[in-house]
Amino acid sequence: MPLADSLRDDILAAVPSLRAFAISLSGNGDRADDLVQETLLRALANIDSFQVGSNLPAWLFTILRNLFRSDYRKRRREVEDADGSYADTLKTQPAQNAHLEFEEFRSALDKLPQDQREALILVGASGFSYEDAATICGCAVGTIKSRVNRARSKLSALLYVDGADDFGPDDTVRAVIGGSGG
Amino acid sequence: MKDAKPKGGLNAEIQSRIGHQLRAMYDDVVRQGVPDRFAEMIRKLDGAEAQARLAGDAKTEGGE
Repeated sequence: MPLADSLRDDILAAVPSLRAFAISLSGNGDRADDLVQETLLRALANIDSFQVGSNLPAWLFTILRNLFRSDYRKRRREVEDADGSYADTLKTQPAQNAHLEFEEFRSALDKLPQDQREALILVGASGFSYEDAATICGCAVGTIKSRVNRARSKLSALLYVDGADDFGPDDTVRAVIGGSGG
Repeated sequence: MKDAKPKGGLNAEIQSRIGHQLRAMYDDVVRQGVPDRFAEMIRKLDGAEAQARLAGDAKTEGGE
């Protein structure tokens, strides 16, 4: 029996965020699309194991994440040029300043340990609950929370100031960024 | 350590910037929608899957 129309539509509807997740993980547009393709192939081949009514995006993200990790183990990270190739995947090039800031962000994100990066993306960008993110990553909810927290601390240290907690809210941030940079 | 800080110490503006940049990066890709290649692939595989099952073989070996 072919897929029910609604299921096929739901799978298609998940494709844009699967791509965004894949690009965030791999930092490379071409590889990301290969990952998405492989994910869809697996999903369709194993559609029987999907429980109708359960969380389809979470199921698809789980497949993609597992593929990414096994692939990663195999060939490590060959693409150090993540910045440029990632920017190429964007249709709308940000204005110059924003673009620089964006590249900095992207490269800081790449410096995070993989566990932390994926946790942060799932919760902070994909919009999954901590519970769903834990299911996708196959770990405890508390583990996800701590990974997300560590990811945020590390990003803020990389991007803004060393020891962000030495500064008060708001007023000092711009001064520090624009200033000597300690 | 100053006492006015929330535990964990990240200041609110930095947190919100990180969240904003993360979503901007992500949503930029999401907004690109579904590339034709994937829509087509799913349609094809969906048909192939049905054929395969009729033939008593649940495994599909779709092409590109």
